[in-house]
Amino acid sequence: MRLVVVIAGLILFVLHQDFWNWNESRLVLGYMPIGLAYHALYSIAASLFWAFAIRFAWPKDLEEWAEQADGTGAE
Amino acid sequence: MTALVVILLYLALLLTLGFASQRFFRGTSQDYFVASRSIGPFLLLMSVFGTTMTAFALVGSTGEAYRHGIGTYGMLASYSGLIHSAVFFVIGIRVWAISKRNGYVTQIQYFRDRFESSGLGYVLFPILVGLVIPYLLIGLLGAGSVVRSITIDPGREWLNAGVPPWLTGLVISSIVLTYIFLGGLRSAAWANTFQTIVFMATGLITIWVISSKLGGASAASEAVLANMAQKAKLSRENIPPMQFLSYAIIPLSVGMFPHIFQHWLTARSAKSFRLALIAHPLCIMIVWVPCILIGVWATSAVFPVGHVRAGDLIVPLKHPPNAELAIMVKALTTPALAGLLAAGILAAIMSSLDSQFLCLGTMFTNDVVFHACGESRFSEKQKILMARGFVVAIVIVTYLLSLLEPRQVFKMGVWCFTGFGSLFPLVFAALYWRRTTAAAAYACVILTAATWLALFAKSGWGKTYLLLTDLKLMPATLTFAVAVVSIVVVSLVTRPPSDATLDRFFRRTG
Repeated sequence: MRLVVVIAGLILFVLHQDFWNWNESRLVLGYMPIGLAYHALYSIAASLFWAFAIRFAWPKDLEEWAEQADGTGAE
Repeated sequence: MTALVVILLYLALLLTLGFASQRFFRGTSQDYFVASRSIGPFLLLMSVFGTTMTAFALVGSTGEAYRHGIGTYGMLASYSGLIHSAVFFVIGIRVWAISKRNGYVTQIQYFRDRFESSGLGYVLFPILVGLVIPYLLIGLLGAGSVVRSITIDPGREWLNAGVPPWLTGLVISSIVLTYIFLGGLRSAAWANTFQTIVFMATGLITIWVISSKLGGASAASEAVLANMAQKAKLSRENIPPMQFLSYAIIPLSVGMFPHIFQHWLTARSAKSFRLALIAHPLCIMIVWVPCILIGVWATSAVFPVGHVRAGDLIVPLKHPPNAELAIMVKALTTPALAGLLAAGILAAIMSSLDSQFLCLGTMFTNDVVFHACGESRFSEKQKILMARGFVVAIVIVTYLLSLLEPRQVFKMGVWCFTGFGSLFPLVFAALYWRRTTAAAAYACVILTAATWLALFAKSGWGKTYLLLTDLKLMPATLTFAVAVVSIVVVSLVTRPPSDATLDRFFRRTG
């Protein structure tokens, strides 16, 4: 499942480049430049992506490893 | 005058909060430096987010959108939404786990132990401090510029030119120093939470009031669309594609900010990171979208019919650097609201300054004094006193630098983030590549810093971006490449760390 999360993250990174909006200055909802609207939605998508990553790729083993020690590196 | 009173009331409220948080201060250095590792999800989100949003996000983003258009959001804000959270997930949680196991309170402690090298700390310390100083400068320059523009009152001789930036810098530095001295990182976390809520709320009020005064958001945007000289700013026409792509390195800087590192260590548990991961992109959106819109609207907004300057641009073509947001606020809102909005901007600035001040003191005390002289010879009181003394010295240096020729906040910020972002491969390799060696860490830090310094000097010490080659790449592309190549090449030709050391930093698998 971690691989799916990594692939989804890479796709999201590619989608950030939205070259199709590059020279487009039309407004959506009457006031929002389309390039800005796209990236605002992108921020929402990024938030959903992190919720997905927490659900399916949370480093539980790392968390347990951290809790095992006494603050000096010893277990 | 009313605006100034509102600003002063806000600052007094902040000081009160500082005194309140002092009651919870346990008087120990652990509490002063990392709040006894007791911070939960909400405070962690607010303090990390508040710390990453500074004058750069509010004053700088508006100014950059004014000059280059809406692409500013994509270059910084939406990239940061994805990449900051990625850094929290990939670097932050692992750093928290290792530091909890080993009792670290600074990033230099981690690097020293990971690479079995005391000297590495002495090389890293001046570089990290040197890179934080431009970040502090951004705050002082942004605050001075905003308060001056908002408080100009031609009716009163002493406010004819507004509150001078030197005075604003002095006052906000003193206030931030006071509340962090009172309660250490716990105070900073509380103050950040309060201030983050204030600047997010005032940002939303600003966009609502300004758009109403411009005849509605649609009318404001339509005015830009109808202005042939400015229409391109509603798109990314003014931004070269490779510059846009190479901006991806800039948000990686959060992985090497010493103050963010210190905030990560305050987390009560790994689960405390979850809210920050999800909400950080949304919080960025809430703050940046209004600023970008105001910046773009400012290119074409004119005073309405009936006004003594009807038809004139609200933001004149010639205006002081970093003043676009303040000019719009001052021209389109009431003095009380302008004061409130200025307070919101100061909140964003101070919520970064506090963590940065505190972190510098923590690094000096732990990484230089304790490391050289031994921690046990100092009492808890002496430890805290030393941390405070170093912070005061740095604040004085930064303050004096802020009195020199002002720079654009956005450009200074980008140079600062370029430096930290270029060192990101060091922390990534240290955490994930067992083969990374001490010699590689030295090579990475020294070569990257030298490359950065050469480019920064060539740019006129932050006057321009200095885009590289015909592709218009950000300078971070070169410094980042230097860091990656030096780590990989030097690691492969030098002796790897001992197994005993690696066992402390990497879990055994299988």
